[in-house]
Amino acid sequence: MKLQSLEEQRAALDASEVSSVELVELALTRAEGTGTDLGAIVGLRAEAALAAAAGSDARRRAGEIRSPLEGAPVVLKDNMVQKGEPTTCASRILESFVSPYDGAMAEKLEAAGAIILGRANMDEFAMGSTTENSIFGPARNPWDTSRTTGGSSGGSAVAVSAGITGFALGSDTGGSIRQPASFCGVVGMKPSYGRVSRWGLVAFASSLDQIGPFTHSAREAAWVLEAIAGHDARDSTSLPEPAPALESALTGDVKGLRIGLPREYFVDEGADPGVVEAVRGAVSELESAGAKVVEVALPHTPYVVSTYYLVATAEASSNLARFDGVRYGRRAENVQDLDEMYKRSRSEGFGREVKRRILLGTYVLSAGYFDAYYRKAQQVRTLVRGDFDRAFEACDVIIGPTYPEVAFPIGARMDDPVSLYLGDIYTVSANLAGLPGISVPCGQHQGMPVGMQVLGRPLDEATLLRVADAFQRRTDHHEHRPPGSA
Amino acid sequence: MSEEERMSDNPLDRYEPVIGLEVHTHLKTESKLFSPAPVRYGGAPNHDVHPIDLGMPGVLPVLNEKVIGLAIRLGLATHSTVNTRSVFARKNYFYPDLPKGYQISQYEEPVVSNGWIEVEVPVKGSGKKRGAETVTKRIGVTRAHLEEDAGKSIHDVALSGSEGTHIDLNRAGVPLLEIVSEPDLRSAAEASAYLRALRSILRYIEVSDADMEKGQFRCDANVSLRPWGRSQFGTRTEIKNLNSFANVEGAIEAEIVRQSEILDDGGEIQQATMGFDVERRKTRVLRLKENADDYRYFDDPDLIPLMIDEELIEAIRADLPELPEQKRERFEQEYGLAGETTAILVASRRLADFFEHCARACNAPKAAANWIARDLRQELNERNLEVDETRLEPDALASLIRLVEEGRLTTKNARELLPELVEEGGDPQAMMEERGLEAVSDTGMIDEWVTAVISGNAAAVESVRGGDDKPLNFLMGQVMKAAGGKAAPGEVRKRLMEMIRGDG
Amino acid sequence: MLALYAMSRITREDVERTADLARLSLSNDEIESMTHDLGQILDHVEQLQALDTQGIEPTAHAIPLATPLRADKASPGIDPDLALANAPSSDAYAFVVPKVIEAEEG
Repeated sequence: MKLQSLEEQRAALDASEVSSVELVELALTRAEGTGTDLGAIVGLRAEAALAAAAGSDARRRAGEIRSPLEGAPVVLKDNMVQKGEPTTCASRILESFVSPYDGAMAEKLEAAGAIILGRANMDEFAMGSTTENSIFGPARNPWDTSRTTGGSSGGSAVAVSAGITGFALGSDTGGSIRQPASFCGVVGMKPSYGRVSRWGLVAFASSLDQIGPFTHSAREAAWVLEAIAGHDARDSTSLPEPAPALESALTGDVKGLRIGLPREYFVDEGADPGVVEAVRGAVSELESAGAKVVEVALPHTPYVVSTYYLVATAEASSNLARFDGVRYGRRAENVQDLDEMYKRSRSEGFGREVKRRILLGTYVLSAGYFDAYYRKAQQVRTLVRGDFDRAFEACDVIIGPTYPEVAFPIGARMDDPVSLYLGDIYTVSANLAGLPGISVPCGQHQGMPVGMQVLGRPLDEATLLRVADAFQRRTDHHEHRPPGSA
Repeated sequence: MSEEERMSDNPLDRYEPVIGLEVHTHLKTESKLFSPAPVRYGGAPNHDVHPIDLGMPGVLPVLNEKVIGLAIRLGLATHSTVNTRSVFARKNYFYPDLPKGYQISQYEEPVVSNGWIEVEVPVKGSGKKRGAETVTKRIGVTRAHLEEDAGKSIHDVALSGSEGTHIDLNRAGVPLLEIVSEPDLRSAAEASAYLRALRSILRYIEVSDADMEKGQFRCDANVSLRPWGRSQFGTRTEIKNLNSFANVEGAIEAEIVRQSEILDDGGEIQQATMGFDVERRKTRVLRLKENADDYRYFDDPDLIPLMIDEELIEAIRADLPELPEQKRERFEQEYGLAGETTAILVASRRLADFFEHCARACNAPKAAANWIARDLRQELNERNLEVDETRLEPDALASLIRLVEEGRLTTKNARELLPELVEEGGDPQAMMEERGLEAVSDTGMIDEWVTAVISGNAAAVESVRGGDDKPLNFLMGQVMKAAGGKAAPGEVRKRLMEMIRGDG
Repeated sequence: MLALYAMSRITREDVERTADLARLSLSNDEIESMTHDLGQILDHVEQLQALDTQGIEPTAHAIPLATPLRADKASPGIDPDLALANAPSSDAYAFVVPKVIEAEEG
């Protein structure tokens, strides 16, 4: 063991076998080596991190330990702002942006004693599922560097998978935490909508975005979530409930738990059989631990991707209007007039996928199309929520594959947006319905990790984590490390 | 020019104007609609901004609690429905002083809808002169919705001192209510009267200071014409950013002329956004309304619908102050006032309160009303002050009025004391005594002055004796002159008549 | 059904108009490929028209919340130097943009 997981780091810190400064130095070395090779890390704040680590070590010596994250290095997806630090969203338009204010995650992590090491690669403005749409170049999967990491939080997934930091934060709008977690063989969790403050998260689709952790284990995810969750008066969509106590819910006991398997997730023309097999194996493991399996129906599953892309792009088209070259961000050179300033700044600043989504979102909100597309999608969103409400009457959690396949080669889907979008079929529902979801490594296919997705009732992160933890107590998939990792 | 030709020069003889107003009024809050930055006027550029007002990446809006009560008050004061659910929507357009690329506003579900206010409008043809006859007209309030103001663009290079347009976002995010009237107004004068009535209400209920000079009360006017007798509306234009009562009237009048000329020539009015050129007194097309105005409204996903409890509405209703129209009715009944004087008194809550205090203290409400609506108001206007910004206490004015009513001070001398009372305050009786201004009502003294004047102006006296009262005022003046202005005028008049007529 | 499917035939002109609304300038090639991509995506989402949503309330937020409010207390704005720190062009604490000819506000 090389102090890669948060749990190992915590134990070593507690046993005074290592200091936070040493952990940060180690993480910096890994970030500069593996992290750069894999295109995972796009910015480091070495000095500030070392200073913060020294502060943490001093606290520890004085007997003050703020949380299980005390002294542990972390990277943030490059769409969460920290005062005085750059935030680029992997976009040319924000290339030189330095935030004048602190986001909630910077504050929460600091309050928990964690050390923010730097920023992780992502798809531009979190739009994509491959971490290829980035001005920093693509992130590479540590299990096979010719393959994608998934996305959009690919850099964060790699940071944990390749052992650069013990945990990382990502954001999930339609699967952007869970899918890269699945591809990279780590735990990735999207909390219930409103559980974690969005203050300081650069918005992609406001009604869907949610921040969550990448870790190796469900237990570690519980620690991180306890630290970052909770009401924030600066976010109108923040849940008023206090951050839940999660670690105490990890009893290892799943006796009598009802696992719902949606029949729509296990149809013949659905996921890769190798993926399905791994997920079924995991379900059997939970059954043998006393859980009951029931079949449930999510009849609107065939419509969720369409619904998601309409809602997400509509919101995005408006959220990204602020990038206009007036107050911050890129402004095109030698512009003659205002219209040219807007158009050239935005066209030069945004990448192809972002432009595609801005156009789609603008179109579906425009006069004459609003009802047919946007309003319709919001109505179907209601139907999707209804599906889950009914399903959760018969079960406590819903399990299925996180993604229909394992990580595919970099560049394979660049020119086929629709087929790439369709891959999001299992993940987008949690965003549409506001549910918590977690992807847990549950086996391999073609030498690549497979993720099992567990979905829970709104606000019921505790049960979700209990199931994931119970599974991990009985299996060792999460202990597998990519070949040649640090 | 014949009478008929002259008539046809007036477009109002051929067309009936149909006018609706959209008023933007800043709400009286300490902080902005969705950010804690202060609402201030005249600060250095971008010194009163929060990252929220700058539209920084990652910021989020949270609604200012105070605006809810203010919106409810406006709703109740305009007999509107206060909607227990309203929704914030994004109005998407690009403009440099609009930091997020969208304005947070309300669209399909506004907080206030479907009301009216009563407005004293001039009777048609009575003109604008003082004391014009008025009639009460009910003007519909279609809706009022909450929204954030944009920043300011300073286009004037000379002013900004460099090439390009300067953007100051201090105003960005200031809370506004946009109050939209029904197209119930039929003339520039009616539009102006509606605006004054609305401003008066906003000030009464302390929803807005509605100071036009500070840009706290701005108006867009929708204007169309139709031939008399037709019920269908004509195509309308919208005149933007009218920032004074004079400009509202001027712009509407100019637009009526412009549209009538087009219609007279058989042309068609094009839907357009207009500007008012104050110098030339003309409206001009800024841009035609085309598909360009596709604002792509949708519910703001960063905000939750605004839910208002019926209980809160009722509590605010119980606490609502007496409104101008109610006050006018009461003043007319309770104090026997009428017409324009009452209108002046009730237009400002502070003036009305001052009047009531003063009227009670001097026990002469009509005299108090006249003093306040005419003499005092003139002093206030000259100094651009509100009544409670002066040194004049209502009790002092009451004392002054009492001295006049009792005949101890002539009206003329009382008027002369007023500016000093306004500027420096003081006790009118002490001032009168100190300066020896007390009117002489001693009949012996007065008879002496009158006798002298009668004997010195035989011709005038003869005319009066002959039944012509005209020279009486001249004789009065002569007596007052002899008395050094201190004779009680009533007594002088009485003695003059008695001594002239009595002799005859 | 045919009529509904016909709706998604997004044209070059639609893409140009939409790009203008979104303040994007696209090259000829980009307009071509975006027309193709958006057409494909819209063809796919056309499937939603098959669902009967008559009388279904739209969902704007998955989790219902009461209206969150902030007390009307002002706190000073951010340091003006910080406010302007990212500005591509500024002068005397104002952001500067190419001269706006016509004042057209929304």
